[in-house]
Amino acid sequence: MAMKVKLAKSFFDITREEYLAPGHTACPACGALLTARLVLKAAGPDVIVVNPTGCLEVTTTIYPYTAWGVPYIHVAFENAGAVASGIEAAIKSLNKNGSLKRNTKVLVIAGDGGTYDIGLQALSGMLERGHGVLYVLYDNEAYMNTGIQRSGGTPKFARTTTMPAGTVIRGKIEKKKDIMSIVMAHHIPYAATANVAFPIDLVNKVRKALSYLNEGPAFIHVLAPCPPGWGFSDEKMIEIARLATETGYFPLYEWDRDRLIINPPSDMYMDKRLRKSLREFVKAQSRWSHVTDEEIKGLEKDIDDFLNYLWRLSMGSGVPTPYA
Amino acid sequence: MSLTVIKSRIGREIIRDRVAITSNYAAAYAAKDAEVDVVAAYPITPQTPAVEKMAEFIANGELSAEYIPVESEHSALSALIGASAAGARVFTATSSQGLLYMFELLYIASGLRLPIVMGLATRAVSAPISIHGDYQDFAATRDSGWVIMIASSAQEVYDSIIMAYRIAEDNRVLLPVMVSYDGFLMSHTTEPVELYDADTIRGFAPKRLNRPILDSSKPITMGAMAVPEWYYEIKYQLIEAMHNSMGVIREVHDAFNRTFSRNYRLVEGYMLDDADYAVIAYGGIWGNVKRAVNEARKRGIKAGALRLRLFRPFPTDELIEMISDMKTVAVIDRAVSPGAAIEGPVAMEVATALHSRGLSTPVVSVVHGLGQRTVYSRDVAKLIKIINDSQPWDLTKSTMYMGVREYGNEG
Ligand SMILES: Cc1ncc(C[n+]2csc(CCOP(=O)(O)OP(=O)(O)O)c2C)c(N)n1
Repeated sequence: MAMKVKLAKSFFDITREEYLAPGHTACPACGALLTARLVLKAAGPDVIVVNPTGCLEVTTTIYPYTAWGVPYIHVAFENAGAVASGIEAAIKSLNKNGSLKRNTKVLVIAGDGGTYDIGLQALSGMLERGHGVLYVLYDNEAYMNTGIQRSGGTPKFARTTTMPAGTVIRGKIEKKKDIMSIVMAHHIPYAATANVAFPIDLVNKVRKALSYLNEGPAFIHVLAPCPPGWGFSDEKMIEIARLATETGYFPLYEWDRDRLIINPPSDMYMDKRLRKSLREFVKAQSRWSHVTDEEIKGLEKDIDDFLNYLWRLSMGSGVPTPYA
Repeated sequence: MSLTVIKSRIGREIIRDRVAITSNYAAAYAAKDAEVDVVAAYPITPQTPAVEKMAEFIANGELSAEYIPVESEHSALSALIGASAAGARVFTATSSQGLLYMFELLYIASGLRLPIVMGLATRAVSAPISIHGDYQDFAATRDSGWVIMIASSAQEVYDSIIMAYRIAEDNRVLLPVMVSYDGFLMSHTTEPVELYDADTIRGFAPKRLNRPILDSSKPITMGAMAVPEWYYEIKYQLIEAMHNSMGVIREVHDAFNRTFSRNYRLVEGYMLDDADYAVIAYGGIWGNVKRAVNEARKRGIKAGALRLRLFRPFPTDELIEMISDMKTVAVIDRAVSPGAAIEGPVAMEVATALHSRGLSTPVVSVVHGLGQRTVYSRDVAKLIKIINDSQPWDLTKSTMYMGVREYGNEG
């Protein structure tokens, strides 16, 4: 089990301190910014943040301003895992020879492109070598910074500028890459999914992840909707994010030292009858406006398959899920 | 691998040991003696033994550093950027495709003004694949904002890397430094090297001077996004730092020569005083060039030679001082810029340097030794003879490709 960590029960257990200033240029209701803000509330202030190229970087670091109240570095798009490895090694080395006396935590906050695609090699290297770094993936399911192009995290049928919904091709052809399984296959101490619509769960997962860093890396995959990219109005952000979990589209679970635990409320949605209709989630976003009912059925089938896979993993882990 | 310890010739106290090692090992010894904090390593021929030696030092506790056996060169330099940004003294080495795979990060390392030091065992670049030594990889780094040194002996590799830390970490500079040496010809050739006393090195290149780093008690943002209103000025600061580095490099050379009883200069001349022609070269072929000059002198041709120890910043003043009286200069490059007016990369620099000082000395661009085609001293002697026998401006019109077989004439 994890070290004793103080888990938040309500918003009152989360600091009022802000480490990401409101003076940034992100769109209203940006899921990436909300992710970063919550992660820092859970982790700050003794942290160093590594952020690959993407929306988060370009909206928070426009010289001569910065929104970051903690040390921050952006190097390139594909190397956050490697940069973080170097910082973690430097902290270790400087502590060992006595020139540093603090155990500063290293955090990566990276987009889906910087994680699923171009950054995958550096992430894998970091995980394999066991650097004590918390890698947070904010997943807005496309390359938003360059104007909504397909990434390995883009779901099937979603329309992007590089996989438009045409008369022959129906948006993205392939399924979303299962990044969590890739990460779990590195057998790191802790990995989890989270959703900006469930902030207390997110904050607690960050706290838990940090408690594992003396043993190795931790990874948190956060669903971070993007209003312009997904095509919905700003005020719907949390509602849509919540629907993603309530429909089983984005289940919440943890990989805790080789055991898979499906977290509430997703444990309840293992029962298909309790899930909300996927149609509600899909039809609320213009990236899927071309999708037919038949295609939604196909998407639903994929969700069933994936939840079954998770379920089997959790059973195999010997952790009974309360709802069947 | 055990080292052959040769008894020191000179009993100077600053010499700890006199050992027989390759330039790769000399690079590793220098990084160890500079007490680096973080090493990132990825193998590529002919550099591999350098990082293997670092790994061995760390594995045996001879160096207390964090060792990151990364999954690529891209990550090697990325990790060092992170480590250096966090305040560590860092080292890696690479060659050829490895350097090209780092290319994006070369600019980021200098742009973030990080005092990273890297060894480069120079090598040909694919395709066709060649693991052998030339300077094509090195030539590609010209505009990356790194200080680039070129050594021509294992001792010089060791000495230059120690100097490199002091240059890189100087607050007037804060730029990464690359120390290059010939793949195979130097990287795999054993030479005697004098290693210095640790306290003397520590005094010469002290660690952790005051520079901006990632520190949670004083948060800063590194690698910010610059709009057109700011990018140019920030880039200009890097250019200024490169200019400033010239003075610092001279200072560091003087200090090094004083501390370690050496005689390094940015540009080294050989029999130039009364020479009509100068052959300019760099790296490991220096010995052959000097020999060719001796040969030419025997035949009554007043030739001299000159070796560059620095590529960036380009030592224009030192160079001009030594060649301004020459009738003709020839530059031997082991890299090429296909399609350029002068196809040898360093020849271009020399021509530009002369022109910038109002001189119109003819510059003959000679390319030789690509993919480690052997450069014989007789080739250089022949070059000197050609220059002596020709109208110089006839030779400057096109680049001379020495040692290349012509098509249909392979026999
Ligand atoms: C090597 C390289 N290729 C392409 C780019 C252009 N680029 C910058 S950000 C980006 C997409 C970022 O997408 P993601 O990681 O999903 O983050 P988001 O913008 O969605 O927050 C791309 C393609 C780059 N910076 N570097």
